[in-house]
Amino acid sequence: MGTERHPETAMFLVLDRLTKHYGGTAAVDEISLTVEKGEFVSLLGPSGCGKTTTLQMIAGFVEPSAGAVTLDGVDLLAVKPAKRGLGIVFQSYALFPHMSAAENVAFGLEMQGIARAERQRRVGEALALVGLAALADRYPRAMSGGQQQRVALARALVIRPRMLLLDEPLSNLDAKLREEMQVELRQIQRNVGITTILVTHDQAEAMALSDRIVIMNKGRVEQIASPDRAYEQPASGFVASFLGKTNLLTGKVADDRLSIGGRSFPAPIGYASGDVTVTLRPEKIGFAAEGLAGTVRNRLFLGSQWLFQVETAAGLVLVLRQNGSEAMPREGERVALAWRAEDMRVTPTP
Amino acid sequence: MTIAATSPRRSRRDATPYLLSAPALLLYGVLLLVPLIATTLLSLHSFTLYKGIEDVYNLANYRDVFSDIYFYEIFGRTFRIALLVTLLSALIGAPEAYILNRMRPPWRGLFLLVALGPLLISVVSRTLGWALLLGSTGIVNKALMDLGLIGTPLQFMYSETGVVIALTHVLVPFMVISVWAALQRLDPQVENAAISLGASPLTVLRRIVLPQAMPGILSGGIITFALAASAFATPAIIGGRRLKVVATLAYDEFLNTLNWPLGAAIAILLLVANIAIVVGCNRLLEKRYAEAFR
Repeated sequence: MGTERHPETAMFLVLDRLTKHYGGTAAVDEISLTVEKGEFVSLLGPSGCGKTTTLQMIAGFVEPSAGAVTLDGVDLLAVKPAKRGLGIVFQSYALFPHMSAAENVAFGLEMQGIARAERQRRVGEALALVGLAALADRYPRAMSGGQQQRVALARALVIRPRMLLLDEPLSNLDAKLREEMQVELRQIQRNVGITTILVTHDQAEAMALSDRIVIMNKGRVEQIASPDRAYEQPASGFVASFLGKTNLLTGKVADDRLSIGGRSFPAPIGYASGDVTVTLRPEKIGFAAEGLAGTVRNRLFLGSQWLFQVETAAGLVLVLRQNGSEAMPREGERVALAWRAEDMRVTPTP
Repeated sequence: MTIAATSPRRSRRDATPYLLSAPALLLYGVLLLVPLIATTLLSLHSFTLYKGIEDVYNLANYRDVFSDIYFYEIFGRTFRIALLVTLLSALIGAPEAYILNRMRPPWRGLFLLVALGPLLISVVSRTLGWALLLGSTGIVNKALMDLGLIGTPLQFMYSETGVVIALTHVLVPFMVISVWAALQRLDPQVENAAISLGASPLTVLRRIVLPQAMPGILSGGIITFALAASAFATPAIIGGRRLKVVATLAYDEFLNTLNWPLGAAIAILLLVANIAIVVGCNRLLEKRYAEAFR
């Protein structure tokens, strides 16, 4: 059966030039994406980039203006939202406030007409999966944000959905809890083996959780890649600056040499002479005996790392160093910055 | 030592809330408690046609009310009307509030104003409007006859039906406000969550929206019931002399029979019955929804 399939429909979820117009503006502009079964894909971007609209079109709460969505070879847009069989976790959790945790989780099973005994067993299992078996009879308002989040996850998973859609599920939690939930979310997703789409504006969250990241900006896809690939080889300046911290340095190419603030490198092949923008990650830069000269303006202690702002002839440069045994320069100190030529990404300045 | 040092300060601080609320309490006392006590005392006096009000204290007026079937009938009618008005207000007001809540911004504000606008018009004018509509040659009867639905005009005026219709119109805005407030707290994503779990639109309404609107419907119901049971203008105009309710009965005792003590006793009984029903319902409501909503 699998061999008879068209290669395109062998993919589990396919978005084909999905578009949503609001008035004259395109909130989502021809997004195409294929997701494999069991994959964890994040839609990442700043607010207003169309990531939530995309998710809502998959869920069926927003009608697309154009394009197609197929799930397991079936046209999803022809299916009513209530019949799509997707598990959705909302940003506000959207728990039913008048029902206990167990009743919340049981609701989807009731809708499927599953018998009481079977229902109770599965609700118990789902609550145990998220570590909330002891709080089954609590009402949402008597629970912490993290606990409500878990109930929402259990409620989405208990119906054995074909796919899990997470709309900024962790954004209302405090930083420490968010990290804990990230680990847990990934673990549960792996254990259940469910295809998952996460919408988030938090690049760290997207990178920590996903197999692949879809970086979106202004309704368009900027890059689709694995987290490490998108980080190391950003397809655009937007991706580079959105994923982690980055330095955008101005340089000049002349006679096959690239010069930045007085330092010279062999120019990448095929570059015509002229002004270029150099993208360079802060953690790729080290302090050395000689290199790009600068003065430390600021240093921030981040726990495991130090972040330096160094003023150089090429502009303000961010430097990130591991907090180890070596002595770190202080504010006002003269330093020299060095990096490997292959860590630079060079694009012509428009 | 420390206790001795802090205690005078604490006692002064303890008095502050009372001092701050004193003006309001004073106003409340003068405008509500004093007339209420005066009415209660009045209800204990006796009245005869020749001697007028006599300065005695007994429960004769209450005994009169409780031993006369005439009063039972009027109290029964009053609470029957109040209950019907409350039910109708809930049936009209709750869906009205839900639809208003689902409207888009420019229309929502406009229609909310339309729904609540009647509150800006005097109850007397609104009721007189209904008297014009409901009369035997009024628009409603004319329309029904022209449509061939009825042969002879329906008796709306001086009937319970007429009073219920007019009172419902007067009181529906209170239900709308109350349900609207409850729906404001409803997270719109909750409905989407229910849909994603396979619920049909009707199930969403019945299992998700209605239970969350219920505290609003019940508190709106309490307001509507209390106002309907003590309403005067509408029953006086639509019900007239023939169809008495407790409020118009008390009025007649005061101004027609001039039996002030009996009128006072009737007014006090209406108040007590109203408080008993409202407090009872409130208890029930609190017990039922305490866990999920408070």
